Amino acid sequence: MSEPLLEVQDLKVTFPERGRQVRAVDGVSYCVYPGQTLAVVGESGSGKTVSCRAVMGLLPLAAVVTGSASFAGTQLIGLTDDQMRAHRGADVAMVFQDPTRSLNPTMRIGSQIAEAVRAHQRVSKTQARERAVALLRLVRMPLPERRCTEYPHQLSGGMRQRVMIAIALACRPKLLIADEATTALDVTTQAQIMELLLELQAELGMALMLISHDLGLAASYADEVIVMYAGRIVEQAPAARLFSRVRMPYTQALLEAIPQLERPAHSPLPVIGGRPPDLSALPAGCSFAPRCRHAADDCRATEPPLAEHEPGHRWACWHPVNGEHHD
Amino acid sequence: MTESLLEVRNLVQEFHTNAGVVQAVSGVSFDVRPGETLGIVGETGSGKSTLARSVLQAPRPTSGEVIFRGTDLTTLRGTRLLQARRHLQMVFQDPFGSLDPKWTVRDLVEEPLVAYKTGRKNERRQRVDDLLELVGLDPASHGRRRPRELSGGQAQRVAIARAIALNPALIVCDEAVSSLDVLIQAQVLNLFERLRAELGLSYLFIAHDLALVKQVSDRVAVMYLGRLCEAGPGESVYREPLHPYTRALLDSVPSTDKHSAATKRAPTTISGEPPSPVHPPSGCRFRTRCPRAQEVCVAEQPPMRELATGHTVACHFPLVESAGPATSGPGSRAATGAQAAESAHAPRSVRTKKSREPRDEDPYPA
Repeated sequence: MSEPLLEVQDLKVTFPERGRQVRAVDGVSYCVYPGQTLAVVGESGSGKTVSCRAVMGLLPLAAVVTGSASFAGTQLIGLTDDQMRAHRGADVAMVFQDPTRSLNPTMRIGSQIAEAVRAHQRVSKTQARERAVALLRLVRMPLPERRCTEYPHQLSGGMRQRVMIAIALACRPKLLIADEATTALDVTTQAQIMELLLELQAELGMALMLISHDLGLAASYADEVIVMYAGRIVEQAPAARLFSRVRMPYTQALLEAIPQLERPAHSPLPVIGGRPPDLSALPAGCSFAPRCRHAADDCRATEPPLAEHEPGHRWACWHPVNGEHHD
Repeated sequence: MTESLLEVRNLVQEFHTNAGVVQAVSGVSFDVRPGETLGIVGETGSGKSTLARSVLQAPRPTSGEVIFRGTDLTTLRGTRLLQARRHLQMVFQDPFGSLDPKWTVRDLVEEPLVAYKTGRKNERRQRVDDLLELVGLDPASHGRRRPRELSGGQAQRVAIARAIALNPALIVCDEAVSSLDVLIQAQVLNLFERLRAELGLSYLFIAHDLALVKQVSDRVAVMYLGRLCEAGPGESVYREPLHPYTRALLDSVPSTDKHSAATKRAPTTISGEPPSPVHPPSGCRFRTRCPRAQEVCVAEQPPMRELATGHTVACHFPLVESAGPATSGPGSRAATGAQAAESAHAPRSVRTKKSREPRDEDPYPA
């Protein structure tokens, strides 16, 4: 296997809150390889977004980040803002959920893209403008010249997300992180944007990280899937394997709880009770044990390590389920 | 044939704005039978939420009839409308937006009982306890809390307890579980199903998530740009969609199902985005994005017609497998159905390879 593009090791993020320490991310390690699509899935508060923002250096100053994140040999954790700025956008770029909040409502689309181009490259304004049109064409925007002169409010949600992708691609990043980038979009628009991202990934040879709460999205578009719970990775496997041979009871519970097109109407959804644990007072042992059907005494005493139990398939569980995903 | 609980006939809702008249709902008709769940799916801007509110007369529809238990709500005024509406309740997407942050859970659940002067104080107290138990909250520990001390799932349970407090016959759910995490969403969906069985409720269940709607619905209607394009029993709409738009919606849904994971990356079958409801296309409203559109689609609005038992579609060129003659016996008809279901899945991997050409035409004709 080739060298990883991004190698994250033992990443921990803690937020001080009212005198307590909230462990948002608790020892996360993973690799992203060139050209790979990696999905990170989990519920709200599982740490999926915080772990990526930590890598990008986008967390509030109060956050305490430890561990290592090495991007093509450069250590990203601990860089100053100025040093980080050289990598952000040029090496790693990010697309967020809400394009309306990321775009400047008072600037024309073309100027916003040109601004991103000129932030990293020494080019004239005319050249930057030409690049902006080319980027809009790259993201399959109809009538790119006309769109350049328009404002964000004149575009639909899907179009705005295309502009955000154009800005993210302005400096040809080697890794694109899409943080719930299609969550706010309709299914047909979501399919268009996902297809666009995969086409661009193939054209530009980028690695793609999809951060999402949607397991269906991960199953349909990712090569590799990481499942997070309470700040930790609890399972990781190639997509096809994870969804056919799930081992971690939490992943299984998630899969079973999703309504499926193939399932007959009114069939009760298998659910688990309880809620994710308080991140400032994590229980001893496995964080999922209080909600787990398979939990035994050892689960409540010792935390199971994340280990590669089968080739390419990592999970953190003392009593894994035996794998058949029944629907 | 059982009598309908709710009959909506030619419902029209228009809004006057500076940009022109927004035709949010344009002549929608459907029935909800007692004890039945009718699901309505549609994308942003399809008019599904407007439809829900028009049914509840908030705001009143521009024209059309909303016949609930034999009475046309659009003709009722004042207290008579209020009395009719106690049997029709609504659950919204954001529970925190619909619950007063300063009230306790007990007060919130008691409010509809007080508003309709139901029972004496101690009777109401007992009723609140029962309602909280029914939706899976503990009256002792949750009753004194305020909305901000609840999780999203718990707050939605409070909203549901309020909705069922007056023993309604029909609950309109507008994206009622869309903001919840998947495990909590499953709990609330199961709660809706349990209440339906225990209280004999009917639901008008509106959501953008097709799988979610399938899960809870007996019948499903698909809405596009203010009109219904297809309606029928859930199983038949999802297995053998007749409208090209329904087919496209189904193809766009990412799934963890084994079969689609094997042929992953479902293709987009429609391009572009919905046109503006201020200037909807003439004839069929889907024609600007439809791969099967022809001249007749521009000229004439396709009427709703029944092509299978209880399964109606508004399309000039519905997706009916043309392989077998339509007049064959019932046995071969079933076989055609199976083929249709099979061929609907098979070509996915083929179509995946289709590369999308950059489009030159503007999908937004001004």
